[in-house]
Amino acid sequence: MSKIHVTTTVNGDPAEFLATPGMTLLDALRDELGLTGAKEGCGSGDCGACSVIVDGRLVCSCLMLAAEAEGQRVETIEGMAQNGQLHPLQQKFLEHAALQCGFCTPGLLMGAKALLDSNPDPTETEARYFLAGNLCRCTGYDKVIRAVLDAAAELRQERTPA
Amino acid sequence: MAHVVAGSECWAFTGGASEFDIEASTVRDLIQALDARFPGLGEFIDRRMAFAIDGEIHQDAWFSPIGPKSEVYLIPKIGGG
Amino acid sequence: MSETLERPAAKADLQVVGTRPIRPDGADKVTGRAAYGADFNMPGQLVGKVLRSPHAHARIVSIDASKAKALPGAKAVVTAADFPDLASEVLEGGEQASNLRDLSLNVMARGKALYHGHAVAAVAAISSEVADEALSRIKVTYEVLPHVTEVEAAMAPDAPLLHDHLFTEGLEARPDKPSNVARRHRNLRGDPEAAFADADVVVEGRYVTPPVHQGYIEPQACVAAWAEDGRCDVWSSSQGQFMVRTYCAKVLGVEISDIRVTPAEIGGGFGGKTTVYLEPLALALSRASGHPVKMVMTREEVFRATGPTSGSVMNVRFGAKKDGTITAAEVELKFQAGAFPGSPVGAACMTALACYDVPNFLITGYDVVNNTPKVAAYRAPGAPIAAFAVESAIDDLARALSMDPIALREKNAVRDGTKASYGPTYQNIGYVETLAAIRDSEHYKAPLGPNQGRGVAVGFWFNVGGESTAAVNIAEDGSAVVVTGNPDIGGSRASMAMMAAETLGIPVERVRPMVADTASIGYSMLTGGSRTTFATGMAVVQAAEKVIADLKARAAKLWDVPADQVEWRGGEAICLDPKADKKPLTLETLAAQSARTGGPIAAQVSINAQGAGPGFGVHLCDVEVDPETGQVSVVRYTAAQDVGRAIHPSYVEGQVQGGVAQGVGWALNEEYIFDAQGQMENPGFLDYRMPVASDLPMLDAILVEVPNPRHPYGAKGVGEVPIVPPLAAVANALRGATGVRIPALPLSPPKVLAALDGAKAG
Repeated sequence: MSKIHVTTTVNGDPAEFLATPGMTLLDALRDELGLTGAKEGCGSGDCGACSVIVDGRLVCSCLMLAAEAEGQRVETIEGMAQNGQLHPLQQKFLEHAALQCGFCTPGLLMGAKALLDSNPDPTETEARYFLAGNLCRCTGYDKVIRAVLDAAAELRQERTPA
Repeated sequence: MAHVVAGSECWAFTGGASEFDIEASTVRDLIQALDARFPGLGEFIDRRMAFAIDGEIHQDAWFSPIGPKSEVYLIPKIGGG
Repeated sequence: MSETLERPAAKADLQVVGTRPIRPDGADKVTGRAAYGADFNMPGQLVGKVLRSPHAHARIVSIDASKAKALPGAKAVVTAADFPDLASEVLEGGEQASNLRDLSLNVMARGKALYHGHAVAAVAAISSEVADEALSRIKVTYEVLPHVTEVEAAMAPDAPLLHDHLFTEGLEARPDKPSNVARRHRNLRGDPEAAFADADVVVEGRYVTPPVHQGYIEPQACVAAWAEDGRCDVWSSSQGQFMVRTYCAKVLGVEISDIRVTPAEIGGGFGGKTTVYLEPLALALSRASGHPVKMVMTREEVFRATGPTSGSVMNVRFGAKKDGTITAAEVELKFQAGAFPGSPVGAACMTALACYDVPNFLITGYDVVNNTPKVAAYRAPGAPIAAFAVESAIDDLARALSMDPIALREKNAVRDGTKASYGPTYQNIGYVETLAAIRDSEHYKAPLGPNQGRGVAVGFWFNVGGESTAAVNIAEDGSAVVVTGNPDIGGSRASMAMMAAETLGIPVERVRPMVADTASIGYSMLTGGSRTTFATGMAVVQAAEKVIADLKARAAKLWDVPADQVEWRGGEAICLDPKADKKPLTLETLAAQSARTGGPIAAQVSINAQGAGPGFGVHLCDVEVDPETGQVSVVRYTAAQDVGRAIHPSYVEGQVQGGVAQGVGWALNEEYIFDAQGQMENPGFLDYRMPVASDLPMLDAILVEVPNPRHPYGAKGVGEVPIVPPLAAVANALRGATGVRIPALPLSPPKVLAALDGAKAG
């Protein structure tokens, strides 16, 4: 089985790897590029633990073929903090205790980032429906939603000129 | 004499009896005394049962003290998730 | 130990306990750096996979692996023949204690496959694709046997027998025929029949719950390496690295200390990771192949072959006087154990009436084997199931008496000095305070909208202590590392660091907690039973006190005063003798001088903690029913719980909220569905429907603090109680909204709609 040479961009940096035709983007990220922040919870697109953003769109990387990443911009949890500074979403997750085991957290953070990229001022209901594809078994979502709404408020403040 | 109450778990050894008065100053004494009365019961309760002494549960604790008027309930060891 | 600590310390004196610092493992978890079970790799590792039975019950006539072994790249195949055939031996550790033989047979079937998904062989190969091909080349010849999945069918005299050697225990006399009923539990107090005859009001019901899964998002995963000299290394995600070590050693027949287990970060457990499935297989494959072997379950395997907790059939009857005094109770619990004995029905019997002071009762429980996966512990094992039945019946009793449901519970509540239904006399419990917290809440008085109903339910869990080890190591700059042997499932590193900081009198940021492998810290029982903050926390505090005693002794020597003239306060040694005129010595100063005053400052303490305080929860749930579709939505939820004292309130609230969410899923949607062949029909998150963010409202947690005097900071276990009341709280709210009692879970739309239609027609 011949492998496919894939050239892509991951967290702003050029990346290339060899993929088997059936390899998922998730497996490529984890096994070929060593980025294990995205997790496999189900392999069927139901839990969202493998969420990444591809060309601005939130995807379950377990449902996307690695070869489809050719020429795309892939954002993963490893690229969320910049220059040693946590992203406001990451900081608010910590302040609100919005994680327990933390396994779903990378996927939830990518989902939340995709939400705030498209809707800077979501209502609680909008946040809950947008994140309905990210299963968390530990928190009951209460503190997760509070953290997301609080981070949204902070990001809006940052954008407002003083 | 401590008053000891054992549940249905112990019936195979006690022939259905559930309440006993036993001279014992520690859990280990109690295990030995019960084993003398009902052979095999000692090892069984040592492995499978916890000892609620005057309301506080002691699990795997041979040297926990038992008072002369203590009430001791034998209950299955507790685990959890 | 130290005399400076009042036990438990008064709340006003606490500097760290009760605050909400950022968790010490937080940065790793929000950046993707934290390494879970599947995130670790060893050089040269192979991929291990499992061949599973396609039959719910079958004799294994033969296994021919020759074609698999001949496949290029397939490096090893193991079957039961590669494991010792173990004798029956009870493995200690709680009411769900495994039998060693059963554990081994569950890891790898020997002679018979007992459920669809039961492991019959495993392979190791150079890639996932080759491993799959090798599995397909193993030829297993089965003789399919009749199977049984439902609990009452398994109890029937003519049911297919799973185990020829299984005779019911707990009867007055040993039966002469084998049975699927492994054990009968029985607990009688007073004269229930006479009390029922004398009661003014009697309510009764029959309740049914399906098996449900713990639903941790991280599937089981491990890497194992067997060295040529017999030393074994295991990296795995579990609730206890020492549990993995012991179980692997026993199943493989090797020395315990030859195995080193390193705990990965654990992606949820909820009881489901208190046993082993993959680790012994990975080790056996590593031994056979000479390579490290990595094994990761698929979600389908998690559903088919791990967990779940029991499905049940229950009968409950209560008798009461007109004034609401409950005089009689009868509780019968029939629990599925899965393929081997060990359902949590014993704990269910003990917890069923634990909130009620009832003078006459009979509780009977049956532990029943059947052709489904062997159940594993699930958060307060057995208690939510029993509480669903008991709390539903209590709700009906309140209606029959026209009494407020909280007033009825207050009238019959257990208090300090009440003899619990399971034997001991309660001390320092906070149940009535927790009932009052809900009774006085704004939620309890708020009006309901159309198609809405409100339900109350209560719950109990014992909480346990047990064996724990902790080390406190002071660095040269006066900062501290706290080492324990307990995997951190829900934030326990935060509470360990906080208790150490509080005791040492230093800021929590100066304490770094970590979880060590089995070679680097003394034995610790697994993380479960809501024991870690209580028992391991107690070990941490004692190790910190030992450090303080050492620091005081060094200060006394430096000052040339008697040891009793030194006190440790606020992170400093203080000289009590005013004549000596000594400036306090800080931890930093003492640490910097440690080489000259006796060497490193460090202490390790191992204990078997007793005195865990039981926990009580009272939950209040509002639901709204869509009469067109039968869909039930939880629109408001408040949970109050006696937590002793919250070390880190945010993570205590998180435990409460998480337990509620799991319980709501159990109540509304989650269930194992088996087809006629005993095969699970919904082994994925699409069809096994766990709550998602849009299913739930905010979940209000009220922390009631009645301190546990047996813990230095008053802590009681908190993690398990919150899943006990929600099943009935939701069901009672639905009863309130519709006027219809649906006594079978889950309360999914088709069932609710059918019940509503039935009520209209009736």
